[in-house]
Amino acid sequence: MGNTLRDDATQNNSTLLGADELVVNMGPQHPSTHGVLRVKLKLDGERVRGAECVIGYLHRGVEKIAEHRTYQQFAPYVDRMDYVAAVSNGLGYCEAVEKLLNAEAPPRARVIRTILTELQRIASHLVWLGTHALDIGALTPLFYCFREREEILKIFEKYCGARLTTHAFRIGGLQYEAYDGFEKDVERFCKDFERRIQDYVDLLTGNSIWIGRTRNVGVLSAAECIALGASGPLLRASGVKWDLRKAQPYAAYDQYQFEIPVGANGDTYDRYMVRMEEMRQSRLICLQAIERIPEGPILGKVGKVLKPAAGEIYHSIEAPKGILGYYIVSDGTTQPYRVRIRPPSFVNLQALDKMVRGHLVADVVAIIGTLDIVLGEVDR
Amino acid sequence: MSPTVQAILAFLQAWWVEIVCGVVIVAVVPLIAGYVVLVERKLMADMQARLGPMRVGPHGLLQPIADAVKLLIKEDIIPDNADKLIFWLAPVISMVAAMTSMGAIAFGPTFQVARDINVGILFVIGVSSLGLLGIILGGWASNSHYSILGAIRSTAQLVSYETAAGFAIVSALLLAGTLKIRAIVDAQQQSGVWFIFLAPIAFFIYLVASIAETNRAPFDLPEAESELVAGYMTEYSGFRWALYFLGEYANMIVVGSVATTLFLGGWLRPFPSVHWLDWLDTLPPLMIAVVGVYCVYRAGKQPARVQTWFMWAVALACFALALIFAVPLFVAPLKFVQPGLHGAFWFLLKVSGYIYLFMWLRFTLPRYRFDQLMHLGWYILIPLAIVNVLSVGVAMIFESEFGWNRWLALVLTTLFTLAIAMLLVNLYDKRRTADSSSAAVATDRYAG
Repeated sequence: MGNTLRDDATQNNSTLLGADELVVNMGPQHPSTHGVLRVKLKLDGERVRGAECVIGYLHRGVEKIAEHRTYQQFAPYVDRMDYVAAVSNGLGYCEAVEKLLNAEAPPRARVIRTILTELQRIASHLVWLGTHALDIGALTPLFYCFREREEILKIFEKYCGARLTTHAFRIGGLQYEAYDGFEKDVERFCKDFERRIQDYVDLLTGNSIWIGRTRNVGVLSAAECIALGASGPLLRASGVKWDLRKAQPYAAYDQYQFEIPVGANGDTYDRYMVRMEEMRQSRLICLQAIERIPEGPILGKVGKVLKPAAGEIYHSIEAPKGILGYYIVSDGTTQPYRVRIRPPSFVNLQALDKMVRGHLVADVVAIIGTLDIVLGEVDR
Repeated sequence: MSPTVQAILAFLQAWWVEIVCGVVIVAVVPLIAGYVVLVERKLMADMQARLGPMRVGPHGLLQPIADAVKLLIKEDIIPDNADKLIFWLAPVISMVAAMTSMGAIAFGPTFQVARDINVGILFVIGVSSLGLLGIILGGWASNSHYSILGAIRSTAQLVSYETAAGFAIVSALLLAGTLKIRAIVDAQQQSGVWFIFLAPIAFFIYLVASIAETNRAPFDLPEAESELVAGYMTEYSGFRWALYFLGEYANMIVVGSVATTLFLGGWLRPFPSVHWLDWLDTLPPLMIAVVGVYCVYRAGKQPARVQTWFMWAVALACFALALIFAVPLFVAPLKFVQPGLHGAFWFLLKVSGYIYLFMWLRFTLPRYRFDQLMHLGWYILIPLAIVNVLSVGVAMIFESEFGWNRWLALVLTTLFTLAIAMLLVNLYDKRRTADSSSAAVATDRYAG
């Protein structure tokens, strides 16, 4: 990224009025960089001529920590990466280790995992929607979104005692049985949520200011998305129907019917529509899943001490923000030799420079919002 | 007595009313502004399914005072690279401009701070626009990127939207035929109808433009929190920041008052000249009494005893106020205070309604982008405002020269203006779709 900036500066040094370029340092302390992202913006007036991301302010060495922990001990650490979607992180890690162990979670565990992960997807998208709308200047949706998210967090709390960094799953299945009334709680939330989502639609979808702020802003074509490795709603909004839940079903997704929403233009508005539809689809998956949760054990036979045979494994899932992959190398001991994580936010953030060029400062915050990044995951 | 003392005494004798009123304004406006902020936060909380300030005083009622104290005792920071004098002066200019313009506003037929200047409305608009200087200078003197961007945005925005607001005001002035504030309200009394019904489009334009002028959402770009941190106020803190803040809210009251005076009949009650509706005069005490009854009803349901007492206190205050408002209606010798008392009530009610609309929009709408804001101003509002002035003028000519019915003339011209508005919006939409297809590559003339 740095190189492209310098090249640009040498090729085209003139601004519109012949004035100097203005370099504005956005972040790491800025209301709408969603954490500690720092963006160096090169401006001609308000027109953005380039953006350079400086990351690492939240680096905690998660991958290195993994090398000194047993497989079970590392599981809570992954919750701290994408802390607004901790359940999804845990699912990816547990399934990756299970794959390494050649073990499988029992069907009951898989269904409950699916329900919790889909609830987490809704919660993550709600945080995105609220903050994205706030960035664009709509104050109210944030509080409505957090009201609904609160319901989901309450379900998590009842299930495993934690709300944010849940550590809900164990390698080989689940530690906790679904509590009494779990299905009822999920059902009540899903029934309510249909009406609630209509509130956001009423506030935003048809609003001409909202459309003006999001249409044709931060356009990414399908080819660009693929070239940048962008995944998740970014990719789907550009018209590529790629969702690992369908493409490589994991957990219990092959049992349920749901649609993969895709956009046409790949702009911010399409990404908004895609994520809104994904929330509706997640709700449908939850409703289908609670209808019949199979009976049976919740923890497969993996043993107390995990000692996978030497080898390596890559497993990826469709996290709310995109493809979340775990590459684990085992040397036959109780601790992984190397864990490499492919975080969706980090890869998607690459697209920022491409997306903001030629837009105005106001669009930069809209585009950072639409990328839906979590810095815990970008920096790890 | 020395001549100096005599001169001072003479001066005081001639101007004591104005001086007292000025002191009252300086003392009271910050308090009012503080409570407008509290009301805004409470309303916002209500719309966002939360409670808002609850800690300081019952239901957070002492919050503005706590805020003011906090701002006053805060460390006063001036950035090293700032232009110290201008940095110091800028917020003062903003504040003084807002307060001075308030001086010329008449809050009732008998209550006006300054004398009824013959160019009243011009004075208000002119002086309140001076507040812009404070914003530009503040942004410039801070010597910070965010501040200067905010100041540039603010300049462009205010200059553009004051043009539209000016034309909208001209439409109303054509109908009133005077610039004197009291005479404008009198004209509405004589014509028997508020000017909002005679020139609805002008009111609409003024509404939009005044939101933009006061830097309120959805036009709050100069201080867009999520983009520019706090725009021109980024480097300000403590009391200087409070001055800007007070200036902003005082400005809201000023534009609300101007709109009320010009379009909403000032201190006139609804249907001011329909005599069989004279019972409407009982509304002010009734409305206040209803608030009191509601407080009594709520008093029993308060969680803490202090809140119950507080509710009773508010209820009693309301009943006392209602009594004061009711007395002139029934006691003939005190009849003479009725216009002033009830006038102030209606005036403040209308201003509150206007400000409530501002707040409601702020809670509901996303923010415009800078180029969109400029397009809206220059492609739609300003042409529309010009056409509107012309069509109101044409209607007046039809009325005076050809003896047309006033209503007929105005309805026809308003319809014509509406048609133009549709055309403009249509053109704007076409331009927008054409623009946005090449948005990423084209350079924009309005950028910065």
